[in-house]
Amino acid sequence: MPETLPPDSVGLVEPQVYHFDEPLQLCSGRQIKQYDLIVETYGKLNADASNAVLICHALSGHQHAAGYLSMDDKKPGWWDSAIGPGKPIDTNRFFVVSLNNLGGCHGSTGPISINPDTEQPYGPDFPVVTVRDWVNSQARLADRLSIQCWAAIVGGSLGGMQAMQWAIDYPDRVKHALVIASAPRLTAQNIAFNEVARQAITKDPQFNNGRYYLNNQVPKTGLALARMVGHITYLSDDGMREKFGREMSTGKLSFDFNTQFEVESYLQYQGERFSTSFDANTYLLMTKALDYFDPAAEYDHDLAKALSKAECNFLVVSFTTDWRFSPERSREITDALITARKNVSYAEIDSDHGHDAFLIPSPRYMDIFSAYMNRVAEVISDES
Amino acid sequence: MRADLEIIEQWFQPSSRVLDLGCGDGELLAHLRDTKQVAGLGLEIDHDNITACIARGINVIEKNIDEGLATIEDNSFDTVVMTQALQVMHRPDLIVEEMLRIGKEGVVTFPNFAHWRARFYLAMRGRMPVSKFLPYGWYDTPNIHFCTFKDFEQLCIDRGIRIIERTVVDYAHRERWSNKLWPNMLGEIAIYHITR
Repeated sequence: MPETLPPDSVGLVEPQVYHFDEPLQLCSGRQIKQYDLIVETYGKLNADASNAVLICHALSGHQHAAGYLSMDDKKPGWWDSAIGPGKPIDTNRFFVVSLNNLGGCHGSTGPISINPDTEQPYGPDFPVVTVRDWVNSQARLADRLSIQCWAAIVGGSLGGMQAMQWAIDYPDRVKHALVIASAPRLTAQNIAFNEVARQAITKDPQFNNGRYYLNNQVPKTGLALARMVGHITYLSDDGMREKFGREMSTGKLSFDFNTQFEVESYLQYQGERFSTSFDANTYLLMTKALDYFDPAAEYDHDLAKALSKAECNFLVVSFTTDWRFSPERSREITDALITARKNVSYAEIDSDHGHDAFLIPSPRYMDIFSAYMNRVAEVISDES
Repeated sequence: MRADLEIIEQWFQPSSRVLDLGCGDGELLAHLRDTKQVAGLGLEIDHDNITACIARGINVIEKNIDEGLATIEDNSFDTVVMTQALQVMHRPDLIVEEMLRIGKEGVVTFPNFAHWRARFYLAMRGRMPVSKFLPYGWYDTPNIHFCTFKDFEQLCIDRGIRIIERTVVDYAHRERWSNKLWPNMLGEIAIYHITR
């Protein structure tokens, strides 16, 4: 709990819900007739609405990216290190919009929401949504907020995929795309990890084909396992060695199958905590959106061709020990952008933190992030 | 601006596409952007230089040029430039070939190791030359492939590379008549404009 709010915090924040009545056509062929998007905003929109920055969240993210929800809040939003006064996404200069994506479980319409047709929670009936569907819903949100063109769209991991999709689908509505620790498509290995996570959830006896809300017996074991697998892939070998080594909470070998190594209890704690705060059906949906993302697919599998539609400038960033979204994948994006003759900069940040590094404010990462966003802000003020 | 950059500036066409190998803090590309609307891309390995490029809005890719440039398409740039970096490459010959695969023209500058001062130093002291401009010892120098005007021109002949223009300057970047008269002996920095 912060006694006082740090000076570089956006302070106390409150989400707002936007309701959309017009049906949203989805890539699957299905529709969502009506939906809510829950949104936080930080900073002020300028007179010509040219300083808006969209934050796209990753697999388990949500609208609460920065600041505190109350003075009792233990931790700030998930990307507080990057968003705030004087931070890379400087809220003194930018109007920042952060939402929970469709299918989420933090206030936007998703599997836990009531399906107006049945008056029951959607559960497994919630349609599978794609990155493109999210981008379309975000475009409607932009309309609602009177934002014709984003100064920048910023996202890490799955969020970076949304930034790329925006650049391709709405080239005249985004000036800069920041694609951090992301990939142009998942590799087989990456999809495989997602499938293990999904199997863990759907094989949990309490999953009940996704209709677990009514008796309130949620598949916590499966969701915790899914998170544990995921979490391992977000860390690096070096990082885990440094953090846990072979430290044992029991002090010596106990020759049984109870938890002994620190890394075991850490993972169990992370899984347990996640399973009480996240919805299993949402987890399934988010991993599918990751697996399905492949913007090159409809351009003869030529990523440069797909990205040639983009008009914006790109910053691509990767982290050396990230093996889930490795630097090679970011270099693929960068190379395709060079081939497509787009404006692109690329940096590969040294880090021990694996995929999680995109959420951790290491000095060089923050310097590059700030330098880029500063340039974005300068161009806005020159034009106004 | 660095004086050797002032000399090569004239070789870039307005609104052309320029790839700068080892672009440093982006000074040349920023100048070409601001004065000639050149669309530039820099490759750089030094972290501070990369941040400096980004801060001034120069497209920069973190990349070790020695790992190769195979992902960059043939003829995708008008000019590929490399200033004062040829001598740090593992295979300068391959880099020069790559420059002319990727670009229609190349611009190369490098320190001339046959300058009389270097010759004098080696002849008199019997040790590898160390100077204000090349301050490293033989064991820790990044400059692993020194060459001379004559060496570079021989490479161009061997590889069928045409020299459009050549100029030589001293470290103060003055183009003196004496440099031109006897470049291999009197020129400190070699500046070449090349093509196929």
